[in-house]
Amino acid sequence: MKSIFYRLTVWILLLVVWLLLISSIQLQEVIAGVVISLLIVLMPLPNLSVFRYIRYTPKRILYSIIFLGVFLWEVFKSNIDVALRVIKPIIPIRPGIVKVKTHLTSPFGRLALANAITLTPGTITVDIIDEYLYIHWISVEAEDVDQATEKIVSNFEKYLEVIFG
Amino acid sequence: MVLEILGALIALIGSLFLLLASIGIIRMPDTYNRMQAGTKASTLGSLLFFLGIGLGHSGLWGKLLVLSLFVLITNPLSSHVLARALHFIGKSPLLVGYDSRDDLADDMNQMEEL
Repeated sequence: MKSIFYRLTVWILLLVVWLLLISSIQLQEVIAGVVISLLIVLMPLPNLSVFRYIRYTPKRILYSIIFLGVFLWEVFKSNIDVALRVIKPIIPIRPGIVKVKTHLTSPFGRLALANAITLTPGTITVDIIDEYLYIHWISVEAEDVDQATEKIVSNFEKYLEVIFG
Repeated sequence: MVLEILGALIALIGSLFLLLASIGIIRMPDTYNRMQAGTKASTLGSLLFFLGIGLGHSGLWGKLLVLSLFVLITNPLSSHVLARALHFIGKSPLLVGYDSRDDLADDMNQMEEL
């Protein structure tokens, strides 16, 4: 029963991407998309179980939208930040790798967190070992793990904790 | 007409960010920092470019939406993998003359000792 639900999710996802790509509502193209994505979904899909972390409750959807807004704003800020660093005569950097701690356990949550960190000001996720993320920081401004966690992770984690549980 | 001009302006700002990203790749002192410039400034550059094109040609919205989603997902992923591989082969992120630290190398050394 669960498997059918996951396959339905994949089918809708594929169909939405197809409809966005053709961006026209001609009947034969839509029918082709429906049939082909249905065929793909009916094939054996080994990693369907990752979908068990995704649930659709109003609270989660609301937090996803808020997270998207926060995320895009951070992307904007980080781009300005890096662009300004680049054009200064002496580049203001103090590079290093710091360790931060995360409470997230689901793979999707960690993926979203790692990607969000990479796209925010001056940080790239280098590695994940157990519950620690190792982050390359263009100008290190924290002395220990707690301080770095507070500065880098906590802003996103409070949303991702609700979204992916 | 107004929309087209607005779109062209936004695309111009986007390409400015792409230019800054490439200047950053040349100016930064080591590979990690080059990656910082290459990942970040180019993300906003591409997104603004897509937005500008979308305003000029309204028929392309769907494709551009899918494209920007893929850029947002794959751009950080690829730079993460590059940074990880770079650290794995032993390149230190520390620069001569800057006071900083490398937690990952410290932890790796600790694990090897155990």
